[in-house]
Amino acid sequence: MAQARSRKRRIGMQIAEHSTGIIASILFLAPIAWTVLSAFKPAQEARQPPLPPWPTSGISLENYATLNTFGDGLWLPAQNSIYVSVMTVVLSVIVSVLAGYGFSRFRFPLKNLLFVVILSTIMIPFQSILTPIFLVLTKIGLHNTLTGLVCVYVTLQLPFSIFMMRNAFDAVPREIEEAARMDGANNVTMLLRVMLPLVWPGIVTIALFAFLGAWNEFLAALVLMTDQSKFTLPIMMTALQSGRFGAIDWGAVQAGVTVMMVPCLVLFLLLQRFYIRGLMAGAVK
Amino acid sequence: MTTITAISAPTRPRKLVGAGRRQWIGLLYVAPAVALVVVFFIVPLCMTAWMSLHNWPLMGAHSFVGLDNYWAILRDTRFWNALKFTGYYTVVVTIAIFAVAFPLALFIERPRQLTGFYRTSFFMPAVIGFASASLLWSWLLNVDSGLFSPAAFELGLTEKKFNLLATFQPAFWSIIAMVVWKVAGFTMIILMTGLQSIPPDLQEAAMIDGAGPFARFRAITLPLMRRTLALALILSVAGSILAFDQFYIILRGGPRNQTLTAVYWIFNQSFVSFKLGYGAALSMVLLVILVALSLIQLRLLRQPEGVD
Repeated sequence: MAQARSRKRRIGMQIAEHSTGIIASILFLAPIAWTVLSAFKPAQEARQPPLPPWPTSGISLENYATLNTFGDGLWLPAQNSIYVSVMTVVLSVIVSVLAGYGFSRFRFPLKNLLFVVILSTIMIPFQSILTPIFLVLTKIGLHNTLTGLVCVYVTLQLPFSIFMMRNAFDAVPREIEEAARMDGANNVTMLLRVMLPLVWPGIVTIALFAFLGAWNEFLAALVLMTDQSKFTLPIMMTALQSGRFGAIDWGAVQAGVTVMMVPCLVLFLLLQRFYIRGLMAGAVK
Repeated sequence: MTTITAISAPTRPRKLVGAGRRQWIGLLYVAPAVALVVVFFIVPLCMTAWMSLHNWPLMGAHSFVGLDNYWAILRDTRFWNALKFTGYYTVVVTIAIFAVAFPLALFIERPRQLTGFYRTSFFMPAVIGFASASLLWSWLLNVDSGLFSPAAFELGLTEKKFNLLATFQPAFWSIIAMVVWKVAGFTMIILMTGLQSIPPDLQEAAMIDGAGPFARFRAITLPLMRRTLALALILSVAGSILAFDQFYIILRGGPRNQTLTAVYWIFNQSFVSFKLGYGAALSMVLLVILVALSLIQLRLLRQPEGVD
């Protein structure tokens, strides 16, 4: 009797817990789903309040076509965003793998000072040094170029990614390295052939953070990219949403937001454990 | 800093000539990183301090004015209002984020069916950018084509479509709702790492001693995750003080300039009015606030986690 009652109570608890969980999940996912679904409505329907969120008069890509008619179209800012994000990933991986290896495996003058200086830049908000960054870029001929923006983004990634990579290299046992050196491996083959396969989870983590950081960054791109042909997606979409290209077309905004969100969501779902790893590393240390 | 260098640079007896030379190569490996940080961080940082002592228009010559910019800040009521608003926003949004994130962390920390799914869905909004989230919500909050006002009207809750963004209170709370939606999952994961580091036998022992769930939470959970709480708190506070995207994209600082944040004001002074010297002085003020905050963080985090 008592056993049956307690089991019943346990099942009741489980139902309560799972309904809470499912309602909360719906609340968190709804805005994303609402946008992605609404973006597939025909233009006329997309202007109406999104009730219900899914298209009722047929699925259409009209909103994406409309979006493509504003300013320089959809493809140019998308290309700019892709270029900036991919270059930020590539450069920050190269620079922080080299630096992480250097800080982990060598002794040289000023080593600790340099490491502390790079790490402590995380304390200083980049928002407060944007004006001089603008002037520096002008001075070295990179102002209003995507390459200049990439340099800024890579620099902003460095404290986190060098810290990650230094720890990853520290975790590789010295014996492996010594064995390879016996076999006659020099520094470069050591790094590429022996070390890289062992630290690749760290590389995936920093690459993911670099991509998301660059893809989503707003203020620096807004300030540094003054030419419309250099706009990244967030800047182009904000210009559109502020009515800079005439009346605001909310269907186009939904389509644009979908284009901005989907790569982040897909990458996160594929590489979730690397993302959480990065957060943990940041949280524990 | 000197002590660190002194400790970790012991005079090692040189075994091989080659080994000594190899060590210098380390400098080569870190050189690209150092160059980037110097050119795009250290130099701009020094320039900010230097520029803050100048009258520095975008075009034309700049002139040294000493501390005039800083005296001007003291009289700049709009900056102080922006700072006051930023502080108010930071307090409100941090409390709201924790009020949502803590229960979520407790909820997903215990392994059960579907935990992975719940965790992922709560976290999804955290990976999209603030700009995307702001654009998305600027649509949902729109009075004619959005979701909330028309839905409330259709349900008969309001007599006519209510413009959420036209007056301060509803606009402010709309932003809070959006930021909580976007950030709570992130804070949840941080808090979860703290919860998971608490040994389960401690909770069990307390349960055997007859401690209720609330007493256990207060006496075991909270003190044992002090460091994690401090970290989540600092991340939230620092992020909120630097808030810009959502106020720029959704509200443009309105209604009636009531939601201008500190960064927004610096942005306006530097890149709309092109008073670069004055913007630099304002930046220095912001920078000092954030660095002070980071130093407090370092102190809080240095205390070892555990029962006193």
